[in-house]
This record gives sequence, structure tokens and C-alpha cells, in this order.
Amino acid sequence: MTQVQTTAPTTDRDAPILAAENVTMRFGGLTAVDSVSFRVMPGEIVGLIGPNGAGKTTFFNCLTGLYLPTAGRVVFNGAVLPPKPRKVVQAGMARTFQNIRLFANMTALENVMVGRYCRTSAGAFTSIIRGPKFRREERETRERAQQLLDFVGLGPTTDALARNLPYGDQRRLEIARALATDPKLVLLDEPTAGMNPQETRQAEELIFRIRDRGLAVVVIEHDMRFIFNLCDRVLCLVQGRALIEGTPAEVQSDPRVIEAYIGTGPDSDAASASEQDRGRTDA
Amino acid sequence: MDVLQQLVNGLSLGALYALIAVGYTVVYGIVQLINFAHGEIFMIGGFGALAVWLLFPAGNVSIWMLPLMLFGGVVAAVGVALLTERFAYRPLRNAPRLAPLITAIGVSIFLQELIRLFYGDIPGFPDSKRAIPFPQIEYVTGPAFNMGGLTIQRAALFTLVALAICAGLLYVFVNKTRLGRAMQATSQDPDTARLMGINVDKIIMVAFALGAALAAVAGLAHGLRYTNVDFRMGFLAGLKAFTAAVLGGIGNINGAVLGGLVLGVVEGMATFIPGQFGGSAWKDVWAFALLILVLVFRPQGLLGARVVDRA
Repeated sequence: MTQVQTTAPTTDRDAPILAAENVTMRFGGLTAVDSVSFRVMPGEIVGLIGPNGAGKTTFFNCLTGLYLPTAGRVVFNGAVLPPKPRKVVQAGMARTFQNIRLFANMTALENVMVGRYCRTSAGAFTSIIRGPKFRREERETRERAQQLLDFVGLGPTTDALARNLPYGDQRRLEIARALATDPKLVLLDEPTAGMNPQETRQAEELIFRIRDRGLAVVVIEHDMRFIFNLCDRVLCLVQGRALIEGTPAEVQSDPRVIEAYIGTGPDSDAASASEQDRGRTDA
Repeated sequence: MDVLQQLVNGLSLGALYALIAVGYTVVYGIVQLINFAHGEIFMIGGFGALAVWLLFPAGNVSIWMLPLMLFGGVVAAVGVALLTERFAYRPLRNAPRLAPLITAIGVSIFLQELIRLFYGDIPGFPDSKRAIPFPQIEYVTGPAFNMGGLTIQRAALFTLVALAICAGLLYVFVNKTRLGRAMQATSQDPDTARLMGINVDKIIMVAFALGAALAAVAGLAHGLRYTNVDFRMGFLAGLKAFTAAVLGGIGNINGAVLGGLVLGVVEGMATFIPGQFGGSAWKDVWAFALLILVLVFRPQGLLGARVVDRA
């Protein structure tokens, strides 16, 4: 279905693409993220879970340069990240938002074309005289944006204004826009929030296809079934601290995770109970 | 025929407002700042053009001076606009909105007085009590065209053509180019734009420069039309252009152009109001009365506000 060329991973498979080292973020007296360490390998899907207010989104903002961590550092692709969002994007990290933040008054295609901004360079002058570089770049940008729309399954909605798209499509458009920056790592903040089960399955399949293009993916999600199906590893944050990191099975069966989620359960109640028992015997 | 004549006069006056109004609206769309110093940028554009003319042997009025003067005006206006952005507004980027607004008024007064200081140094020109004569260039000034009783001043025609060209270029720039898309994105959501790798500081500079360039075109057109420039000329013109921007919907580029033309035509048509309320003495009253009416009944402006893109 897609003809999008996979960008060959330039990094060593054994080196982590992203390593957060003792990242701490304080807002006045509140410690939102408390010395969390975390690594992502190329081609890996990592889940980030935790109850509301656990600091997941704050941690994301530290990773993407929106916040400068109070202490600790974030190493991406072998270099410490500069605390400037646009440098972070140029380095190859892209994200989506918990609350959709599309450019509402631009078309779907234009939204994705904005994502190409950091990989193109036509300046004001060549744009005004419509020089050859401008025309070539503009054509390539347009083609690439259309390919990405096709990739996320929004091919036919090219000219629709972003604000007029259905909710699930807006989420997928945000992912297409993030992919347009040619990232090595994408961070998705609650990509299935508000989706129906069918859309959630599509999102799952989409994330697998993104991984298959050689990208690493970090996902924040509350839908436990979704997370445990999808991820290679899961990190659970509780009150700003890393509670446990491990395979979905390990995390799912950890009694502390279940305790943190009391009343909501990591999976359906019956399943979680049996998981919990098995976890205890394993330990 | 009288109505038609006033329509033409109004449109050419409106074209001048429209050229300046774009600067207000583009900057507002991106940094939510009413740049009250923009009228002075327009004035400096006029003086920049005059300065280039003065560099050449006196009395040169051939048409090839026009692009040179335009270039000089644009360079002066863009340069000053970028300096004010860098040193007056950027340090206040995250301050409460009132602070940059007051600063803009301060910058406006500063620029007026700065230009006044130069008055004494220009040989053969009057003191600050009188306006400085602006050169009359062949073809674009001189005898008016007459078409069946309709009189069209050459400078007025020049203004209208300049607006048409600038508006066309601006439309293509904003909607069809990479930088223009980045401007739209920044005006809709600066934080997300940053996360798309857009250098927001650079986009803000582009917005200021774009507005200043168009204001400089207006400055030159104003000089040709009224045959003089004056350090105070930016004040009322700036206020009118701001009115035009609000009229069309502040932040909306198409709206600024439409608002300018509407405002000009209203001023032109004010001549027909009978009795003491008509005529040129009261035209400003009617222009601002229109602003009040629009603010009361359609506060978002004629074309809607806050989006630097399609109406």
C-alpha cells in the first residue's frame, strides 16, 4: 500500500537511540519527575504508563526539549540534546500531543508539509523569484507529504482543513506530520485517547508499520490492552519515579503496578487477578 | 460621475492604508502585538527613498530613479523594523501584553524625534515646522489622466498598481512557499511550530520585515502623491492603517487589504454628506465612526480575525 522509502538506520543497532540519565524536573516545590533513567534501542517500541499525574507528559516534555530538566541529561543518538525544540527535531526526534495540536486552519497536506520545514532549506529570495531550487524542493515536499498521508491512511483527505477531520483522522494526521520530519524516534502522547476499538486497532497496526520502517517509538497510553499488545518494553511511572521497567508480562504482573492502578486494573479484572498470582509465583 | 470620482480617490487612498495595514496584521497574527511604531516605519520608508534621491545629482527626475528610491526606502524601513524587533520587542517576548504595547508607543515617539534630528542637516531644507518636498518623478507624477470627466492622478494610479502587485506577491508568498507555510503555522500555534523545527525567532523577523517592506512602498507612494514627507506623517497614517487592519479582521492579511480599501472609500464618500458634517474636515470622524460601528457589531472584523491565511 505504501511506497514510502524507509530511511536506513544510520545508527549502530547496539547503541541506544535515546538515553535519559537521572532526569529530574521540579516546578517550584513540586518534583514532577524524580531521577528517571530510561533507554530506547533503535527499532524498539517502548510504553510509558502510570496513573494520572505520574509525570509522563512532563517526562516527554523533558525528552523533547520543551522543558530543560532541573537535573540529569538526555542523550539522543550519541549527543546531549540541546534544550531547543527545533534543534531536537533536527536531531531526529518527533512527537505528537495528548491534546491534538494540528494547525487547524491549514489543510491536511499543508500540515504535513510544515513538518518537512526542518529538512528543506529554500530561503526567501529563491521563493520569491521561484528559482529552480524552490520549485524542485516544493515538488518534493508535496510528493513526500502525500506519501505520508497515504501511509497513515489519509490519502483521500489531502485538501480537507485539519479542523474538519474526524477525531481519529486528526490523530493520524498528527502522526503523519511527525513522520514528515524524518525522525529516528517518535514519541506518541496518548495516540488512542478517545478512539473507538476499531480505530485503536488501526492505530496499533500503524505503530507497528512505523516500527517496521526502522524507527523507535515511545508511547504514553492508558489503554493497557493496547500497551501490552504493542510494546517490547514498558516503563511504569508513579508519582514521578520509575516504579518498574520490563517486558509487558513482567510489568503487568508486578503487584506494585496493580497497586498504583487500584480500582482501574491493568487489564480486565479477572485477567489481572490471575496475572497477579502468576507474577507472585514467578518472583 | 462625481460618485465615481470619489470612488477612485477613495480607492487610491485606501490602497495606501492597505499597504501599511498589512504590516500591522502580519505582526499581530504572529506575536499578538499591535506595533504602534509601524506608522513610523512607513515614514522612514518615505525618508529612505528621499535620501537615495538626494545622493544623486540634484534635480534628477528620470524614471530609473524610482526603483533605486524604492530600494532605499525598503532597506531603511526593513532595517529599522528589524532593529526595533530585536532591541525593543524581543526582550519583552514573554512579558505581559501591555508592556510591549507601551514600548511600541515609545518606539513610535523615539523614531519620530530621531528623524526630526536630521532635519537641520539636510542642506537647503526647511526646519521642522515645515514638510520636506518630495521629488516628482517623470511618468509616475505629473499631469493627471482624464477619462470622460474622471480625473486620475498618476501617483494614485501608481499606488493602486503597487498594491495590486504587492498583494499578489504576498498571497503567493504566504500560501505557496515554505516560509509562508511556516508563518501560518507559527501564527496558529507557536509551540507546535517550534516542535516542527521552525525557528520562530526567524519567522517573527520575517513578519516584521515583510510589513516594513510594504510600508516602505506606501511611504514612497505617499511622497509621490502628496509631494512632501514629514516626520509626523506616520502618526495619522499609522492610526488609519491600524483601523483598516481591525476593520478587515486583525491577523487576516486579505482582511487588511479589504479593510484599507473600504476605509479609503468611506473617507472619499464622506464628501457627499451634506452640511457641515461633510467634506474633508470631517472625513476622519467618519472613518473612525466606521471603526466603532464595526467593533460593536462585528468585533472580529469583516473577514474574521486571528488567522494569517485564507479568509
